[in-house]
Amino acid sequence: MPKVEYKGDSWMVDDDGFIDDFENWNQNWVEYTIGTEGVTEMTEDHWKLVNYIQEYFKEYGIAPMVRLLTKNTGFKLKYMYELFPSGPAKGACKVAGLPKPTGCV
Amino acid sequence: MAKFKTPLLDQLESGPWPSFVTDMKEMAKTKEEVNDLLGLLELSYKDKVGHWKHGGIVGVFGYGGGVIGRYTDRPDLFPGVEAFHTLRVNQPSSKFYTTEYLRKLCDIWEKHGSGMTNMHGSTGDIILLGCKTDELEPTFYDLTHDLGTDLGGSGSVLRSPACCIGKARCEFSCLDTQLLCHGITNEYQDELHRPAFPYKFKFKISGCANDCVASIARADCSIIGTWKDDIRIDQEAVRAYVAGEFAPDGGAFSGRDWGPFDITKEVVDLCPTRCMNWDGKNLKINNRECNRCMHCINVMPRALKVGLEQGATILVGGKAPILEGAQLSTLVIPFMEMQPPFDEFKAFVDKMWDWWMEEGRNRERIGELIQRKGMQEFIEVTEIKAVPQMIDHPRENPYIFWKEEEVEGGFTRDIHKYRKEHTI
Repeated sequence: MPKVEYKGDSWMVDDDGFIDDFENWNQNWVEYTIGTEGVTEMTEDHWKLVNYIQEYFKEYGIAPMVRLLTKNTGFKLKYMYELFPSGPAKGACKVAGLPKPTGCV
Repeated sequence: MAKFKTPLLDQLESGPWPSFVTDMKEMAKTKEEVNDLLGLLELSYKDKVGHWKHGGIVGVFGYGGGVIGRYTDRPDLFPGVEAFHTLRVNQPSSKFYTTEYLRKLCDIWEKHGSGMTNMHGSTGDIILLGCKTDELEPTFYDLTHDLGTDLGGSGSVLRSPACCIGKARCEFSCLDTQLLCHGITNEYQDELHRPAFPYKFKFKISGCANDCVASIARADCSIIGTWKDDIRIDQEAVRAYVAGEFAPDGGAFSGRDWGPFDITKEVVDLCPTRCMNWDGKNLKINNRECNRCMHCINVMPRALKVGLEQGATILVGGKAPILEGAQLSTLVIPFMEMQPPFDEFKAFVDKMWDWWMEEGRNRERIGELIQRKGMQEFIEVTEIKAVPQMIDHPRENPYIFWKEEEVEGGFTRDIHKYRKEHTI
Protein backbone atom coordinates (compact mmCIF):
# COMPACT_ATOMS: atom_id res chain seq x y z
CA MET A 1 0.00 0.00 0.00
CA PRO A 2 1.61 3.28 -1.08
CA LYS A 3 1.80 6.29 1.20
CA VAL A 4 0.85 9.77 0.05
CA GLU A 5 1.63 13.06 1.76
CA TYR A 6 0.05 16.47 1.49
CA LYS A 7 0.50 19.59 3.64
CA GLY A 8 1.98 17.62 6.50
CA ASP A 9 -0.72 14.92 6.50
CA SER A 10 -0.09 11.43 5.20
CA TRP A 11 -2.39 8.56 4.25
CA MET A 12 -2.05 5.00 3.04
CA VAL A 13 -3.89 4.45 -0.25
CA ASP A 14 -4.77 1.47 -2.46
CA ASP A 15 -3.77 0.95 -6.13
CA ASP A 16 -6.44 3.31 -7.35
CA GLY A 17 -5.63 5.96 -4.77
CA PHE A 18 -8.54 5.37 -2.40
CA ILE A 19 -7.96 6.13 1.29
CA ASP A 20 -7.23 3.20 3.62
CA ASP A 21 -9.65 4.26 6.33
CA PHE A 22 -12.57 6.68 6.38
CA GLU A 23 -11.44 7.72 9.89
CA ASN A 24 -8.37 9.38 8.37
CA TRP A 25 -10.38 11.59 6.05
CA ASN A 26 -9.97 15.35 6.52
CA GLN A 27 -9.96 18.66 4.66
CA ASN A 28 -6.42 18.11 3.39
CA TRP A 29 -7.43 14.80 1.83
CA VAL A 30 -10.11 16.66 -0.13
CA GLU A 31 -7.61 19.24 -1.34
CA TYR A 32 -5.13 16.53 -2.26
CA THR A 33 -7.56 14.25 -4.16
CA ILE A 34 -9.46 16.86 -6.16
CA GLY A 35 -6.17 17.54 -7.93
CA THR A 36 -5.95 13.99 -9.20
CA GLU A 37 -9.66 13.80 -10.07
CA GLY A 38 -9.83 16.86 -12.28
CA VAL A 39 -11.70 19.15 -9.87
CA THR A 40 -10.32 22.68 -9.55
CA GLU A 41 -12.45 23.96 -6.70
CA MET A 42 -14.95 22.45 -4.29
CA THR A 43 -18.20 24.38 -4.77
CA GLU A 44 -21.37 24.08 -2.73
CA ASP A 45 -22.66 21.44 -5.16
CA HIS A 46 -19.46 19.41 -4.83
CA TRP A 47 -19.95 19.39 -1.07
CA LYS A 48 -23.62 18.50 -1.37
CA LEU A 49 -22.63 15.35 -3.23
CA VAL A 50 -19.70 14.51 -0.93
CA ASN A 51 -21.76 15.12 2.20
CA TYR A 52 -24.56 12.86 1.02
CA ILE A 53 -22.10 10.08 0.11
CA GLN A 54 -20.49 10.34 3.56
CA GLU A 55 -23.81 10.33 5.42
CA TYR A 56 -24.93 7.28 3.50
CA PHE A 57 -21.63 5.53 4.13
CA LYS A 58 -21.77 6.25 7.86
CA GLU A 59 -25.23 4.69 8.02
CA TYR A 60 -24.87 1.70 5.70
CA GLY A 61 -21.12 1.11 5.37
CA ILE A 62 -21.21 1.15 1.58
CA ALA A 63 -21.34 3.74 -1.17
CA PRO A 64 -24.85 4.64 -2.34
CA MET A 65 -26.09 3.47 -5.72
CA VAL A 66 -25.96 6.13 -8.40
CA ARG A 67 -29.75 6.25 -8.57
CA LEU A 68 -29.88 7.28 -4.91
CA LEU A 69 -27.33 10.00 -5.58
CA THR A 70 -29.41 11.55 -8.33
CA LYS A 71 -32.59 11.22 -6.28
CA ASN A 72 -31.24 12.71 -3.10
CA THR A 73 -29.10 15.49 -4.50
CA GLY A 74 -31.39 16.36 -7.41
CA PHE A 75 -28.33 16.39 -9.68
CA LYS A 76 -28.57 14.87 -13.14
CA LEU A 77 -25.99 12.21 -13.94
CA LYS A 78 -24.31 14.42 -16.52
CA TYR A 79 -24.00 17.24 -14.02
CA MET A 80 -22.31 14.90 -11.55
CA TYR A 81 -19.70 14.20 -14.22
CA GLU A 82 -19.28 17.94 -14.65
CA LEU A 83 -18.65 18.27 -10.92
CA PHE A 84 -16.42 15.21 -10.76
CA PRO A 85 -15.11 14.38 -14.26
CA SER A 86 -14.03 10.91 -13.19
CA GLY A 87 -17.58 10.18 -12.06
CA PRO A 88 -19.36 9.64 -8.76
CA ALA A 89 -17.78 6.26 -8.05
CA LYS A 90 -14.14 7.05 -8.77
CA GLY A 91 -14.12 10.82 -8.19
CA ALA A 92 -16.71 11.76 -5.59
CA CYS A 93 -16.27 8.64 -3.45
CA LYS A 94 -12.50 9.04 -3.45
CA VAL A 95 -12.72 12.66 -2.37
CA ALA A 96 -15.32 11.71 0.26
CA GLY A 97 -12.82 9.29 1.76
CA LEU A 98 -14.72 6.07 1.08
CA PRO A 99 -13.01 2.79 0.33
CA LYS A 100 -13.06 1.73 -3.31
CA PRO A 101 -16.65 1.02 -4.33
CA THR A 102 -17.21 -2.51 -5.54
CA GLY A 103 -18.86 -3.15 -8.83
CA CYS A 104 -18.70 -5.26 -11.92
CA VAL A 105 -15.63 -4.48 -13.96
CA MET B 1 15.05 -12.42 -26.06
CA ALA B 2 12.78 -14.19 -23.60
CA LYS B 3 13.13 -12.75 -20.12
CA PHE B 4 11.60 -15.75 -18.37
CA LYS B 5 11.63 -19.47 -19.00
CA THR B 6 8.06 -20.53 -19.84
CA PRO B 7 7.89 -24.31 -20.28
CA LEU B 8 4.17 -24.53 -19.46
CA LEU B 9 3.26 -21.83 -21.94
CA ASP B 10 5.57 -23.31 -24.58
CA GLN B 11 3.58 -26.50 -24.47
CA LEU B 12 0.49 -24.62 -25.59
CA GLU B 13 2.28 -23.82 -28.83
CA SER B 14 2.69 -27.49 -29.70
CA GLY B 15 -0.97 -28.07 -30.57
CA PRO B 16 -2.42 -27.89 -34.08
CA TRP B 17 -3.97 -24.44 -33.63
CA PRO B 18 -2.36 -21.01 -33.67
CA SER B 19 -1.48 -20.10 -30.10
CA PHE B 20 -1.84 -16.81 -28.26
CA VAL B 21 1.53 -17.65 -26.67
CA THR B 22 3.24 -17.34 -30.06
CA ASP B 23 1.55 -13.97 -30.58
CA MET B 24 2.65 -12.77 -27.16
CA LYS B 25 6.24 -13.87 -27.75
CA GLU B 26 6.23 -11.95 -31.01
CA MET B 27 4.96 -8.84 -29.24
CA ALA B 28 7.49 -9.32 -26.45
CA LYS B 29 10.28 -8.60 -28.93
CA THR B 30 9.31 -4.94 -28.92
CA LYS B 31 7.25 -4.57 -25.75
CA GLU B 32 9.00 -5.25 -22.50
CA GLU B 33 5.76 -5.48 -20.51
CA VAL B 34 4.64 -8.44 -22.63
CA ASN B 35 7.73 -10.29 -21.44
CA ASP B 36 6.56 -9.67 -17.89
CA LEU B 37 3.08 -10.79 -18.85
CA LEU B 38 4.43 -14.09 -20.16
CA GLY B 39 6.31 -14.57 -16.91
CA LEU B 40 3.23 -13.73 -14.87
CA LEU B 41 1.06 -16.17 -16.79
CA GLU B 42 3.65 -18.92 -16.45
CA LEU B 43 3.67 -18.30 -12.70
CA SER B 44 -0.15 -18.44 -12.63
CA TYR B 45 -0.08 -21.82 -14.36
CA LYS B 46 2.57 -23.05 -11.94
CA ASP B 47 0.80 -21.75 -8.82
CA LYS B 48 -2.64 -22.66 -10.24
CA VAL B 49 -3.91 -19.29 -9.13
CA GLY B 50 -4.47 -16.06 -11.03
CA HIS B 51 -2.05 -13.28 -10.18
CA TRP B 52 -4.39 -10.41 -11.01
CA LYS B 53 -6.01 -8.58 -8.14
CA HIS B 54 -9.75 -8.24 -8.22
CA GLY B 55 -11.01 -5.23 -10.11
CA GLY B 56 -9.88 -1.68 -9.82
CA ILE B 57 -11.40 1.67 -10.60
CA VAL B 58 -9.67 3.62 -13.30
CA GLY B 59 -11.11 5.59 -16.15
CA VAL B 60 -10.99 8.64 -18.31
CA PHE B 61 -12.57 11.98 -17.47
CA GLY B 62 -16.23 12.27 -18.40
CA TYR B 63 -16.80 8.54 -18.53
CA GLY B 64 -17.59 6.06 -15.77
CA GLY B 65 -17.05 2.97 -17.93
CA GLY B 66 -14.93 1.68 -20.75
CA VAL B 67 -11.76 1.04 -18.78
CA ILE B 68 -11.24 -1.96 -16.53
CA GLY B 69 -8.54 -1.65 -13.90
CA ARG B 70 -6.03 -4.48 -13.71
CA TYR B 71 -3.19 -4.78 -11.23
CA THR B 72 -0.95 -7.74 -10.58
CA ASP B 73 -0.28 -8.96 -7.07
CA ARG B 74 3.36 -9.62 -7.99
CA PRO B 75 4.69 -6.24 -9.15
CA ASP B 76 7.96 -7.18 -7.41
CA LEU B 77 8.61 -9.87 -10.01
CA PHE B 78 6.82 -8.35 -12.99
CA PRO B 79 7.02 -4.55 -12.79
CA GLY B 80 5.94 -4.15 -16.43
CA VAL B 81 2.43 -5.35 -15.61
CA GLU B 82 2.01 -3.63 -12.25
CA ALA B 83 -0.84 -1.63 -13.83
CA PHE B 84 -2.13 -3.32 -16.96
CA HIS B 85 -5.59 -1.97 -17.63
CA THR B 86 -8.05 -3.07 -20.27
CA LEU B 87 -9.79 -0.65 -22.60
CA ARG B 88 -13.00 -1.51 -24.36
CA VAL B 89 -13.44 0.20 -27.69
CA ASN B 90 -16.87 0.34 -29.27
CA GLN B 91 -16.87 -1.83 -32.38
CA PRO B 92 -18.62 -0.66 -35.55
CA SER B 93 -22.00 -2.26 -36.26
CA SER B 94 -21.53 -5.79 -37.64
CA LYS B 95 -17.77 -5.28 -37.23
CA PHE B 96 -17.17 -3.86 -40.69
CA TYR B 97 -13.69 -2.37 -40.80
CA THR B 98 -11.43 -0.82 -43.34
CA THR B 99 -7.83 -2.00 -43.19
CA GLU B 100 -6.90 1.64 -42.72
CA TYR B 101 -8.93 1.74 -39.51
CA LEU B 102 -7.33 -1.44 -38.20
CA ARG B 103 -3.83 -0.20 -39.02
CA LYS B 104 -4.46 3.11 -37.27
CA LEU B 105 -5.94 1.32 -34.26
CA CYS B 106 -2.87 -0.90 -33.97
CA ASP B 107 -0.54 2.08 -34.39
CA ILE B 108 -2.29 3.99 -31.61
CA TRP B 109 -2.21 0.96 -29.41
CA GLU B 110 1.45 0.15 -30.00
CA LYS B 111 2.28 3.77 -29.25
CA HIS B 112 0.38 3.94 -25.95
CA GLY B 113 -0.13 0.39 -24.75
CA SER B 114 1.10 -3.17 -24.92
CA GLY B 115 0.12 -3.63 -28.56
CA MET B 116 -2.00 -6.65 -27.66
CA THR B 117 -5.64 -6.76 -28.65
CA ASN B 118 -8.51 -9.14 -28.33
CA MET B 119 -10.73 -9.02 -31.39
CA HIS B 120 -13.36 -9.19 -30.03
CA GLY B 121 -14.59 -9.58 -26.45
CA SER B 122 -17.83 -11.49 -25.94
CA THR B 123 -19.83 -8.27 -25.70
CA GLY B 124 -18.48 -7.40 -29.14
CA ASP B 125 -16.05 -4.63 -28.29
CA ILE B 126 -12.49 -4.36 -29.49
CA ILE B 127 -10.42 -5.10 -26.39
CA LEU B 128 -7.11 -3.35 -25.88
CA LEU B 129 -5.12 -5.23 -23.28
CA GLY B 130 -2.50 -3.66 -21.08
CA CYS B 131 -2.50 0.09 -20.57
CA LYS B 132 -0.53 1.93 -17.90
CA THR B 133 -2.58 4.38 -15.84
CA ASP B 134 -0.97 7.55 -17.19
CA GLU B 135 -1.42 6.37 -20.79
CA LEU B 136 -5.22 6.07 -20.46
CA GLU B 137 -6.08 9.68 -21.30
CA PRO B 138 -3.61 9.95 -24.24
CA THR B 139 -4.97 6.67 -25.70
CA PHE B 140 -8.53 7.89 -25.28
CA TYR B 141 -7.63 11.19 -26.92
CA ASP B 142 -6.11 9.51 -29.96
CA LEU B 143 -8.95 6.98 -30.28
CA THR B 144 -11.58 9.71 -30.27
CA HIS B 145 -9.73 12.40 -32.21
CA ASP B 146 -7.62 10.47 -34.72
CA LEU B 147 -9.76 7.38 -35.19
CA GLY B 148 -13.22 8.85 -34.60
CA THR B 149 -14.20 5.99 -32.36
CA ASP B 150 -15.31 5.73 -28.76
CA LEU B 151 -14.93 3.61 -25.67
CA GLY B 152 -17.41 0.79 -25.11
CA GLY B 153 -19.30 -0.02 -21.94
CA SER B 154 -18.07 -1.62 -18.75
CA GLY B 155 -19.53 -1.83 -15.26
CA SER B 156 -23.20 -1.19 -14.53
CA VAL B 157 -23.99 0.45 -17.81
CA LEU B 158 -25.55 -0.28 -21.16
CA ARG B 159 -22.88 -2.43 -22.78
CA SER B 160 -21.94 -1.73 -26.38
CA PRO B 161 -24.90 -2.93 -28.48
CA ALA B 162 -23.98 -5.62 -30.99
CA CYS B 163 -25.63 -6.94 -34.12
CA CYS B 164 -25.30 -9.61 -36.77
CA ILE B 165 -24.22 -8.92 -40.35
CA GLY B 166 -27.82 -7.98 -41.15
CA LYS B 167 -29.07 -6.72 -44.48
CA ALA B 168 -25.55 -5.73 -45.43
CA ARG B 169 -24.76 -9.23 -46.59
CA CYS B 170 -27.56 -11.56 -45.57
CA GLU B 171 -30.76 -12.22 -47.48
CA PHE B 172 -32.43 -13.71 -44.39
CA SER B 173 -32.29 -10.49 -42.41
CA CYS B 174 -35.69 -9.03 -41.65
CA LEU B 175 -34.40 -5.82 -40.21
CA ASP B 176 -31.61 -3.35 -40.72
CA THR B 177 -29.62 -4.52 -37.74
CA GLN B 178 -26.81 -2.05 -38.31
CA LEU B 179 -29.08 0.95 -38.44
CA LEU B 180 -30.77 -0.09 -35.22
CA CYS B 181 -27.48 -0.94 -33.49
CA HIS B 182 -25.94 2.38 -34.49
CA GLY B 183 -29.17 4.17 -33.60
CA ILE B 184 -29.44 2.82 -30.08
CA THR B 185 -25.71 3.30 -29.49
CA ASN B 186 -26.10 6.99 -30.30
CA GLU B 187 -29.42 7.39 -28.51
CA TYR B 188 -28.18 5.91 -25.26
CA GLN B 189 -24.70 7.45 -24.98
CA ASP B 190 -25.33 8.56 -21.42
CA GLU B 191 -26.41 5.08 -20.35
CA LEU B 192 -23.42 3.58 -22.16
CA HIS B 193 -20.72 5.71 -20.59
CA ARG B 194 -22.05 6.76 -17.21
CA PRO B 195 -23.10 3.90 -14.93
CA ALA B 196 -26.50 4.39 -13.35
CA PHE B 197 -28.06 0.95 -13.72
CA PRO B 198 -28.34 -1.71 -11.02
CA TYR B 199 -26.09 -3.87 -13.21
CA LYS B 200 -25.09 -4.41 -16.81
CA PHE B 201 -27.59 -4.30 -19.65
CA LYS B 202 -27.06 -5.72 -23.12
CA PHE B 203 -28.87 -5.29 -26.40
CA LYS B 204 -28.13 -7.74 -29.16
CA ILE B 205 -29.75 -7.62 -32.54
CA SER B 206 -30.15 -10.51 -34.94
CA GLY B 207 -31.74 -10.13 -38.34
CA CYS B 208 -33.59 -13.46 -38.21
CA ALA B 209 -34.31 -16.44 -35.98
CA ASN B 210 -30.96 -18.03 -36.86
CA ASP B 211 -29.77 -15.50 -34.29
CA CYS B 212 -26.14 -15.27 -35.37
CA VAL B 213 -25.18 -13.06 -32.42
CA ALA B 214 -26.89 -15.51 -30.01
CA SER B 215 -28.93 -12.64 -28.66
CA ILE B 216 -31.49 -14.89 -26.99
CA ALA B 217 -28.83 -16.38 -24.72
CA ARG B 218 -26.60 -13.39 -24.15
CA ALA B 219 -28.68 -10.24 -24.13
CA ASP B 220 -30.95 -8.65 -21.55
CA CYS B 221 -32.96 -7.43 -24.49
CA SER B 222 -32.85 -9.58 -27.61
CA ILE B 223 -34.14 -8.12 -30.84
CA ILE B 224 -34.68 -10.80 -33.45
CA GLY B 225 -35.92 -10.13 -36.96
CA THR B 226 -39.08 -11.86 -38.15
CA TRP B 227 -41.94 -11.42 -40.60
CA LYS B 228 -45.71 -11.36 -40.43
CA ASP B 229 -46.92 -12.44 -43.87
CA ASP B 230 -46.18 -15.63 -45.82
CA ILE B 231 -42.92 -17.34 -46.68
CA ARG B 232 -42.23 -16.65 -50.34
CA ILE B 233 -42.05 -19.89 -52.31
CA ASP B 234 -40.54 -20.54 -55.72
CA GLN B 235 -42.01 -23.97 -56.54
CA GLU B 236 -39.65 -24.47 -59.50
CA ALA B 237 -36.69 -24.01 -57.25
CA VAL B 238 -38.18 -26.44 -54.70
CA ARG B 239 -38.42 -29.04 -57.45
CA ALA B 240 -34.85 -28.25 -58.48
CA TYR B 241 -33.69 -28.96 -54.93
CA VAL B 242 -35.58 -32.26 -54.96
CA ALA B 243 -34.06 -33.12 -58.34
CA GLY B 244 -30.61 -32.50 -56.91
CA GLU B 245 -29.86 -29.46 -59.06
CA PHE B 246 -29.14 -27.25 -56.06
CA ALA B 247 -27.15 -28.29 -53.00
CA PRO B 248 -29.29 -28.09 -49.87
CA ASP B 249 -28.12 -25.91 -46.92
CA GLY B 250 -26.12 -23.82 -49.37
CA GLY B 251 -23.72 -26.73 -49.80
CA ALA B 252 -22.72 -26.70 -46.14
CA PHE B 253 -22.80 -30.51 -45.86
CA SER B 254 -20.58 -31.27 -48.82
CA GLY B 255 -17.74 -32.92 -46.90
CA ARG B 256 -19.12 -36.42 -47.38
CA ASP B 257 -21.87 -38.15 -49.30
CA TRP B 258 -25.14 -37.74 -47.40
CA GLY B 259 -27.17 -39.35 -50.17
CA PRO B 260 -29.81 -37.64 -52.30
CA PHE B 261 -31.77 -34.77 -50.80
CA ASP B 262 -34.96 -36.00 -49.12
CA ILE B 263 -37.34 -33.09 -48.74
CA THR B 264 -39.75 -34.99 -46.52
CA LYS B 265 -37.09 -36.12 -44.09
CA GLU B 266 -34.95 -33.01 -44.11
CA VAL B 267 -37.55 -30.28 -44.35
CA VAL B 268 -41.20 -31.30 -43.93
CA ASP B 269 -40.70 -33.68 -40.99
CA LEU B 270 -38.33 -31.32 -39.23
CA CYS B 271 -40.77 -28.44 -39.25
CA PRO B 272 -41.47 -27.81 -35.53
CA THR B 273 -45.11 -26.91 -36.11
CA ARG B 274 -45.68 -29.48 -38.86
CA CYS B 275 -47.14 -26.83 -41.09
CA MET B 276 -45.65 -28.06 -44.36
CA ASN B 277 -46.70 -30.55 -46.96
CA TRP B 278 -44.90 -31.91 -50.06
CA ASP B 279 -47.07 -33.71 -52.59
CA GLY B 280 -44.28 -34.59 -54.99
CA LYS B 281 -44.78 -31.46 -57.06
CA ASN B 282 -45.54 -28.56 -54.81
CA LEU B 283 -44.55 -27.53 -51.31
CA LYS B 284 -47.42 -26.10 -49.32
CA ILE B 285 -46.97 -24.12 -46.13
CA ASN B 286 -49.74 -23.32 -43.70
CA ASN B 287 -48.34 -19.92 -42.75
CA ARG B 288 -50.87 -19.48 -39.96
CA GLU B 289 -49.14 -22.27 -38.05
CA CYS B 290 -45.57 -21.35 -39.01
CA ASN B 291 -43.48 -20.08 -36.12
CA ARG B 292 -40.78 -18.55 -38.33
CA CYS B 293 -38.03 -20.86 -37.11
CA MET B 294 -36.00 -20.47 -40.35
CA HIS B 295 -35.22 -24.19 -40.77
CA CYS B 296 -36.85 -24.73 -44.18
CA ILE B 297 -35.44 -21.45 -45.47
CA ASN B 298 -31.96 -22.41 -44.32
CA VAL B 299 -32.17 -25.74 -46.15
CA MET B 300 -33.59 -24.34 -49.39
CA PRO B 301 -32.62 -20.67 -49.56
CA ARG B 302 -33.10 -20.49 -53.34
CA ALA B 303 -36.67 -21.74 -53.08
CA LEU B 304 -37.92 -20.16 -49.87
CA LYS B 305 -37.53 -16.61 -48.69
CA VAL B 306 -38.59 -14.70 -45.62
CA GLY B 307 -41.83 -12.72 -45.94
CA LEU B 308 -41.98 -9.09 -46.90
CA GLU B 309 -43.87 -7.62 -43.96
CA GLN B 310 -40.83 -7.47 -41.74
CA GLY B 311 -40.08 -6.40 -38.19
CA ALA B 312 -38.70 -7.85 -35.01
CA THR B 313 -39.58 -9.99 -32.05
CA ILE B 314 -38.48 -8.51 -28.71
CA LEU B 315 -37.38 -10.77 -25.89
CA VAL B 316 -36.16 -9.82 -22.45
CA GLY B 317 -34.14 -11.29 -19.62
CA GLY B 318 -31.37 -13.46 -21.09
CA LYS B 319 -28.18 -13.74 -19.03
CA ALA B 320 -25.34 -15.94 -17.85
CA PRO B 321 -25.46 -17.39 -14.34
CA ILE B 322 -24.63 -14.76 -11.71
CA LEU B 323 -27.03 -14.44 -8.80
CA GLU B 324 -29.39 -16.94 -10.41
CA GLY B 325 -28.80 -19.54 -13.10
CA ALA B 326 -28.53 -18.90 -16.82
CA GLN B 327 -31.67 -17.86 -18.61
CA LEU B 328 -32.77 -17.43 -22.18
CA SER B 329 -34.69 -14.29 -23.01
CA THR B 330 -38.46 -14.51 -22.74
CA LEU B 331 -40.68 -13.31 -25.54
CA VAL B 332 -42.50 -10.12 -24.62
CA ILE B 333 -43.39 -8.50 -27.95
CA PRO B 334 -44.14 -10.97 -30.75
CA PHE B 335 -43.90 -8.41 -33.53
CA MET B 336 -42.83 -4.80 -33.71
CA GLU B 337 -42.21 -2.84 -36.86
CA MET B 338 -38.65 -1.64 -36.79
CA GLN B 339 -38.45 1.52 -38.82
CA PRO B 340 -36.25 4.49 -37.98
CA PRO B 341 -36.32 6.45 -35.75
CA PHE B 342 -37.46 3.37 -33.75
CA ASP B 343 -39.68 5.43 -31.45
CA GLU B 344 -41.94 2.55 -30.46
CA PHE B 345 -38.95 0.47 -29.43
CA LYS B 346 -37.33 3.30 -27.51
CA ALA B 347 -40.57 4.00 -25.65
CA PHE B 348 -40.62 0.35 -24.58
CA VAL B 349 -36.96 0.50 -23.48
CA ASP B 350 -37.55 3.63 -21.41
CA LYS B 351 -40.45 2.01 -19.54
CA MET B 352 -38.44 -1.15 -18.95
CA TRP B 353 -35.41 0.75 -17.65
CA ASP B 354 -37.50 3.04 -15.41
CA TRP B 355 -38.93 -0.02 -13.68
CA TRP B 356 -35.59 -1.80 -13.40
CA MET B 357 -33.78 1.27 -12.03
CA GLU B 358 -36.54 1.84 -9.50
CA GLU B 359 -37.01 -1.74 -8.34
CA GLY B 360 -33.74 -3.48 -9.20
CA ARG B 361 -31.34 -4.40 -6.43
CA ASN B 362 -27.66 -3.81 -6.73
CA ARG B 363 -26.26 -6.30 -9.28
CA GLU B 364 -29.65 -7.63 -10.27
CA ARG B 365 -30.11 -8.19 -13.99
CA ILE B 366 -33.49 -7.39 -15.44
CA GLY B 367 -34.16 -11.10 -16.00
CA GLU B 368 -33.65 -11.72 -12.31
CA LEU B 369 -35.90 -8.82 -11.38
CA ILE B 370 -38.60 -10.32 -13.61
CA GLN B 371 -38.11 -13.65 -11.80
CA ARG B 372 -38.41 -11.94 -8.44
CA LYS B 373 -41.32 -9.60 -9.18
CA GLY B 374 -43.07 -11.65 -11.83
CA MET B 375 -43.63 -11.38 -15.55
CA GLN B 376 -47.09 -10.06 -14.85
CA GLU B 377 -45.65 -6.95 -13.25
CA PHE B 378 -43.17 -6.54 -16.08
CA ILE B 379 -45.81 -6.53 -18.78
CA GLU B 380 -47.91 -4.19 -16.66
CA VAL B 381 -45.18 -1.59 -16.23
CA THR B 382 -44.16 -1.80 -19.88
CA GLU B 383 -47.84 -1.62 -20.87
CA ILE B 384 -47.69 -4.74 -22.99
CA LYS B 385 -50.84 -6.72 -23.57
CA ALA B 386 -50.50 -10.43 -22.85
CA VAL B 387 -51.13 -12.35 -26.06
CA PRO B 388 -51.06 -16.09 -26.89
CA GLN B 389 -47.99 -15.68 -29.10
CA MET B 390 -45.95 -14.96 -25.99
CA ILE B 391 -46.11 -18.54 -24.80
CA ASP B 392 -44.78 -21.84 -26.05
CA HIS B 393 -47.77 -24.09 -25.52
CA PRO B 394 -51.26 -23.60 -24.13
CA ARG B 395 -51.34 -23.87 -20.32
CA GLU B 396 -47.56 -23.78 -20.12
CA ASN B 397 -47.38 -20.21 -19.06
CA PRO B 398 -46.76 -19.94 -15.33
CA TYR B 399 -46.73 -16.21 -14.98
CA ILE B 400 -50.01 -14.72 -16.13
CA PHE B 401 -52.42 -14.77 -13.24
CA TRP B 402 -55.83 -13.34 -12.75
CA LYS B 403 -56.06 -10.47 -10.35
CA GLU B 404 -58.75 -10.63 -7.72
CA GLU B 405 -60.65 -7.66 -9.14
CA GLU B 406 -60.79 -9.33 -12.53
CA VAL B 407 -62.52 -12.42 -11.18
CA GLU B 408 -66.24 -12.26 -10.61
CA GLY B 409 -66.81 -12.84 -6.92
CA GLY B 410 -63.10 -12.39 -6.19
CA PHE B 411 -61.03 -15.19 -4.68
CA THR B 412 -63.50 -15.85 -1.88
CA ARG B 413 -66.01 -17.59 -4.12
CA ASP B 414 -66.93 -21.12 -2.98
CA ILE B 415 -65.47 -23.33 -5.67
CA HIS B 416 -67.57 -26.35 -4.68
CA LYS B 417 -70.77 -24.42 -5.01
CA TYR B 418 -69.55 -23.05 -8.35
CA ARG B 419 -68.68 -26.50 -9.65
CA LYS B 420 -72.14 -27.80 -8.78
CA GLU B 421 -73.57 -25.29 -11.22
CA HIS B 422 -70.78 -25.48 -13.79
CA THR B 423 -69.63 -29.06 -14.13
CA ILE B 424 -66.42 -29.65 -16.05
